[in-house]
Amino acid sequence: VDDLIADFIAECREMLEALGGEIVAWEASPDDRARLDSIFRFVHTVKGNCGFFEFPRLEALSHAAEDALADVRSGRRHADGHLVSAVLAIIDRIGEMIGAIDAGEEMPAGDDSALIDALAPGAEGAATPLTATIAEAAGKASAAPRTIRLSVELLDRVMSTVSDMVLARNELARRLRESSSDVPVDGAFERLSSIIAEMRDAITRTRMQRIENLFVALPRMVRDLSAELGKQILVDIEGGDVELDREMIEMIRDPLTHIIRNAVDHGIELPAERLKAGKREIGILAVSARQSGNQILIDIQDDGRGIDGAKLVDKAIASGTLDKAAAAQLTPREQLALIFEAGLSTAKQVTAISGRGVGMDVVRSNVERIGGIVEVDSRLGEGTRMTLRVPLTLTIIPALTVSIGSQHFAIPRSAIEEIVRANGESVVLEHLGGAGVATIRGRRVPEVSLAQILGLPSELNEEDRTLIVLRPAGGDVYALSVDRIHDHEELVVKPAAPAVMATGLYAGTTLADDGSPILLFDPAGLAEVGGVRLEAQERTARIAEGPATNAGPKFTPVLLFRGLDGARRALRLAVVDRIEEVPADAIREAAGQLRVQVGDSILPLAGARAEDLGDGKVRLFRLNDGSQELGYAFREVIDFAAIEHDVIHAERPGEISGVTLIGGEPAELVDAHWLFANHVGAAARTGDELLCKLPSDDPWMQNMLRPMVEAAGYRVIDDDDASVADLVIASQGDVIGEGDAAQTIWLRTEPEPKGKKDDTIYRYDRAGLLMALKSAGAGRGK
Amino acid sequence: MNELLLVVTIGGERVALPSASVESVVELDTLIPVPRAAPHVAGLSALRSRVLTVIDCMRSLELGVTDCSDGIREAAVVELDGHHYALLVDLVEDVVEALSDPAPVRAAMGPGWERASQGMVETETGPLLLVDVAALIAGAEAKAA
Repeated sequence: VDDLIADFIAECREMLEALGGEIVAWEASPDDRARLDSIFRFVHTVKGNCGFFEFPRLEALSHAAEDALADVRSGRRHADGHLVSAVLAIIDRIGEMIGAIDAGEEMPAGDDSALIDALAPGAEGAATPLTATIAEAAGKASAAPRTIRLSVELLDRVMSTVSDMVLARNELARRLRESSSDVPVDGAFERLSSIIAEMRDAITRTRMQRIENLFVALPRMVRDLSAELGKQILVDIEGGDVELDREMIEMIRDPLTHIIRNAVDHGIELPAERLKAGKREIGILAVSARQSGNQILIDIQDDGRGIDGAKLVDKAIASGTLDKAAAAQLTPREQLALIFEAGLSTAKQVTAISGRGVGMDVVRSNVERIGGIVEVDSRLGEGTRMTLRVPLTLTIIPALTVSIGSQHFAIPRSAIEEIVRANGESVVLEHLGGAGVATIRGRRVPEVSLAQILGLPSELNEEDRTLIVLRPAGGDVYALSVDRIHDHEELVVKPAAPAVMATGLYAGTTLADDGSPILLFDPAGLAEVGGVRLEAQERTARIAEGPATNAGPKFTPVLLFRGLDGARRALRLAVVDRIEEVPADAIREAAGQLRVQVGDSILPLAGARAEDLGDGKVRLFRLNDGSQELGYAFREVIDFAAIEHDVIHAERPGEISGVTLIGGEPAELVDAHWLFANHVGAAARTGDELLCKLPSDDPWMQNMLRPMVEAAGYRVIDDDDASVADLVIASQGDVIGEGDAAQTIWLRTEPEPKGKKDDTIYRYDRAGLLMALKSAGAGRGK
Repeated sequence: MNELLLVVTIGGERVALPSASVESVVELDTLIPVPRAAPHVAGLSALRSRVLTVIDCMRSLELGVTDCSDGIREAAVVELDGHHYALLVDLVEDVVEALSDPAPVRAAMGPGWERASQGMVETETGPLLLVDVAALIAGAEAKAA
């Protein structure tokens, strides 16, 4: 029976969690049958099971709720605020009881009859202001995928076994490398390796959870809070389908709750105040999640009274955390950031909901502990936006391993801006009053020695070390000198013990391939312990940067993309003007090459063959060499990157000038010069002008058409000019002399062509005219 | 009454740890120091795929420093708040049964012992000091907090 009870409790818990949001949504639209049904299902399930297990109080409660809901379902009763509150109270009581059963405790004392009486029609209950919810994807509760329930401990055990397996595999790999190689053994080992990698992926995915699990409880929470405070708040939730590491969801639960409590309590005003301020009575609290790179952004936005930066500054001065001189120099953003300082709150009074001494400083430190940051943005009287940025997963972080003396450490890749040698030609190391300053390509950055921060002996002289330029999340750059750089690795990072975290230097621990522990640095912590002042440094760096921009960066920024043929290519970023999307039929083969019509200009098109284009949309880069333009078709942009490795140059000049490694994979470098030379060179040959004959007696031609023809690079001559022109433009029906020109463009006045053979161009078809002008010019070379 | 105790020697003194909190007894060979951590944090070590934070009990109790230079050390592995710790001890002796509830020690002890003591328990081999694992992990710095 114990097993059955455990199952019952687990089931109830799960339903309770999902219900929180449903009930509030149901209150907003009492006619929503799907919501009503799911609540009904819950009480019904509880009632059924209670009879079986002999929990008479649970049974009485759920029975009463079921009866009331059944009345609503059959239309005998209307769901009003009272009923919803009464049902909520009953569900809460059921939750308490289930918790007690689970813990093996006595049932919470209390008389349930009051709760049951409150269900009766017309019963007196606390009047609750209505809270509405716009939940994303209404009715999502139905048709859940097939699932089983697993204990988290079991999953964790599987995860750690897989980690052990990876370590064992690495050990085996090392042994295999040392011993003589045997092809069949190697083959089998490779197979094993790939299976393990696959398994690790799958296990990692099991740890992912939709952030919805965190969000479902919010509408209910806001409803209860706003009821208590007499406020009216509309909750708008978005992005519940974003997936996040399960552990991470737990870690952000408290900070998120706290921010929302703050917004409800201090941010959004009472209805009367809102009306006075010219706002709608109902405040809006928008919570949204989205993924950006390997971060998850959670925005909590209210349209309340906002944060008064000046007040914060006054408070900070009063409490002694800030002196007056420093306060005067704060930017508005820095003023707002004071909210994260310990012991500051602009709330006039401490209420039961927030302001209980657990301030925003705790929120910030909790978020930072998991490698995230909190940002605040607010306009007085208009609202506040808090943004939580947290990494996608706690567990796997790309990192760079470095060493000082004999000890290895890891630095998160996300914070690394670049790596330079201390004795490189673009780097100057100086000491000012004992503090290190590195000038890297003209940019001054504070330099700290890792050996010094850690108090470890270093084997190398200062100038033989390597500088890692770090940009901590939300902070400014500084350079860290280390002895040696080792490897880029994907590390499975675990939080370190509090005694280790207390140093402020580390973000966690991880295991190297050989099974020995490695400490992962927190770049912001390193700076702090190393005494780098990140704020003050920003201005000086900017000054030094001015003249240095011409010194030229050592690496070339490129745009990494996939061509229409699937090849991985890179283009120097500087030549790419912008990205355009055109329908495939805007690309035509004209005068020996593909040309694309973008807006009302026609560009030669490279990077594509007519047969690759298909029927849909084609995306292209618009390249610009300063005077000429060119299109380059591609399938997708992969990333912005930099050329860090040597370029292996192509043997023959062509579209591809060479191959290099970008992001660990080879990429073809597109030679922009060759593109221009071959695609626009012919059309732009300016050695001798192109001549175009226009009828001199046709005012439309002279006034309307002539400027356009001249803009296309032609010199316009009159039709009585004896010289042979490259092109003649004539209206349909005109008579032109034989041999007057190499080509003729016929214009017609009606928009529609007369027949299929009609190759005339409608005289206001600007694009068609331009296309014809271009191809006529390019065709001359033949 | 029949709580089991792990008898270990720290700084030459036989003391008892509640064996329910001890997961295993291991021999540590590698020790990676944690620069700038509190002095009683001897470093990190790995037990299979778990990272252990190694606590030098001698330092935690303000009795001196455990000599880690000779390599292999015995340690008791405990879990506290989801983190695993290895408590460096001189020697792990035995598991005995507690014959009494902890009783306060009325004589003056060293400050370190005072802080970590949970009282005196009777065992078959005589009275032993019951040491609080959390206090060992918190170390000497915690007393200010």
